[in-house]
Amino acid sequence: MIELDGICREFQVGDSLVHALADVSLRIGPGEYLSVMGPSGSGKSTLLNVLGLLDQPDRGRYLLGGRDTTQLSEAEQARARREQIGFVFQTFHLVPRLTAAENVGLPMLLAGFEPAERERRVAASLDRLGLTDRADHRPDQLSGGQRQRVAIARATVMQPAVLLADEPTGNLDRASGHEVVDTLEALNAAGITLIVVTHDPALGDRAARQLKMEDGALVGDYRRDAGAREAAGETR
Amino acid sequence: MSPEDGLRFASRALTGHRTRSLLMLLAMAIGVASVVLLTALGEGARRYVNQQFSALGSNLLILLPGRNETTGGAPPMLGSVPRELSLDDALALLRLPGVKAVAPITLGSAPVSAGRLSRDVLISGSTASMLPVRQLSMRSGRFLPAGDPRRASALAVLGAKTAAELFPNRNPIGQTLRIDEWRFRVIGVLDDVGEAFGMNTSDVVIVPVVAAQALFDVEGLFRVLVEVRQREAIPRVRQRVIELLKLRHDGEDDVTVIAQDSMLATFDDVLRALTLGIAGIAAISLAVAGILTMNVMLVAVSQRTGEIGLLKALGAPQRQILALFVTEAALLSLAGALAGLALAQGLIALAAQIWPDFPIGAPGWAPIAACGTAMFVGTLFGLLPARRAARLDPVAALAGR
Repeated sequence: MIELDGICREFQVGDSLVHALADVSLRIGPGEYLSVMGPSGSGKSTLLNVLGLLDQPDRGRYLLGGRDTTQLSEAEQARARREQIGFVFQTFHLVPRLTAAENVGLPMLLAGFEPAERERRVAASLDRLGLTDRADHRPDQLSGGQRQRVAIARATVMQPAVLLADEPTGNLDRASGHEVVDTLEALNAAGITLIVVTHDPALGDRAARQLKMEDGALVGDYRRDAGAREAAGETR
Repeated sequence: MSPEDGLRFASRALTGHRTRSLLMLLAMAIGVASVVLLTALGEGARRYVNQQFSALGSNLLILLPGRNETTGGAPPMLGSVPRELSLDDALALLRLPGVKAVAPITLGSAPVSAGRLSRDVLISGSTASMLPVRQLSMRSGRFLPAGDPRRASALAVLGAKTAAELFPNRNPIGQTLRIDEWRFRVIGVLDDVGEAFGMNTSDVVIVPVVAAQALFDVEGLFRVLVEVRQREAIPRVRQRVIELLKLRHDGEDDVTVIAQDSMLATFDDVLRALTLGIAGIAAISLAVAGILTMNVMLVAVSQRTGEIGLLKALGAPQRQILALFVTEAALLSLAGALAGLALAQGLIALAAQIWPDFPIGAPGWAPIAACGTAMFVGTLFGLLPARRAARLDPVAALAGR
């Protein structure tokens, strides 16, 4: 479902060229639960941005659902983000002037859904995440955990195939963090492909498949259930 | 995104950033208000002049004794003092084809008394023709009787204010008043129609022209008003009047004839051009408002980079983000324009209260042009910030960079 083939992404920082992604190849099947771990600057966020079509690789091929995304126009990429990918950010990125329900409905608003359909699906989404009684609250009236769950509701309201989470518990206390992780894992259990980028080994270790990155390269690809260590062939 | 949703989203964004939105709104409102207000002043001046002329009556030729034009001829020789306009001159004009009525006018000031009340009043000598020519109307009684204008009769018609002051709480009709040492019988009171070119028809006593000439011991007339039958005939009649008076004055071209119509047209053109010019100057303030809109929108874009990044992550293509920000600019301009119109209307109403004689009022095109320009300028200047927003790199925008 996701195929990366020799993906490179380079940034010019001052005089030097930084290889944020150096020849990364990766296959992710539908419904997988992955964590991406590694030190700061190892390229894990860049990997997430490339997977989410927010950033374009300089070289390589990225197939999403069998389609080569590097050939898509800006509008087609936006459409692919809208329909196939959900984002969960460390800082939530809720629009402060909109209520929880309006934040959740935002992707459908941009996609041009009818108000009635929007309302129905927003209500269902809030209900699933136990936020029905918070629907009319603005973000500043919600706790951190509630905010992140609103963000998750927003990321999943379009029923995407892939959910990308960048440090989803990074700004939360332990209890709220657990709540959010439980929510994400429940969604994964229901079939969504979940990719979590994190510093936190406690969170990373929960994933069925764990990627390790260093200096823009994949240096480890473990599957927990197998218990065995199998380095991905493409990594150095 | 449907247009309604887009409008709602944009207006929520505006109300969500109140100070910023109010600032832009204020700039637009002042721009629009100044355009409407200044054109209202210009239009008011035009209407004022128009009113003054039409209070004088339409299709008029105004004759003044003497010539104050440079004709380029030889300097006047000794002894060729310009001849006065006589009553006979005025009456001779009546025989010209195309002339409907002639009203000779003598002016002077004299003490007028009725009983124990006395005051100095403007005395105007004329004939029965003055009533239609000056478009006066009677409040009570009648005007000077028609008949031979060379015959002096001791009759007087009072202006409304004069009547009220000389005969408080009394009906002046049939009463006697004295002008200097002469006794006159009041036969009528004029309607109060206000002022026209400095001649106040409410504070005046009108007597037969011969009586006034005797009163002030003058032969000549102050003015002669000639009413022409048809507007189109004015230039032709004007020529005939000049020729006839030249003939009567021994070949001396010593009378100034003003066609009220052409003067009015000239004034009208000048004031119209002036109004347009003022509107153009005021439109500069709209351009300034547009630039302010652009500045504030640029600030808005940089403050909302996170939101723009989010919209991109949620699948909004560049075109959609561009449309959202342009919609915001257009909405603000519209709101500013409407506020400006309201402000201008308020100020115009206030001015009309303070100066009731000045017919201030914006011409019909002004609000439409002002609002149209505001919308155009606002949207145009909103385009640049909107393009910047649309082209933001989503990764950098989400990181708040």
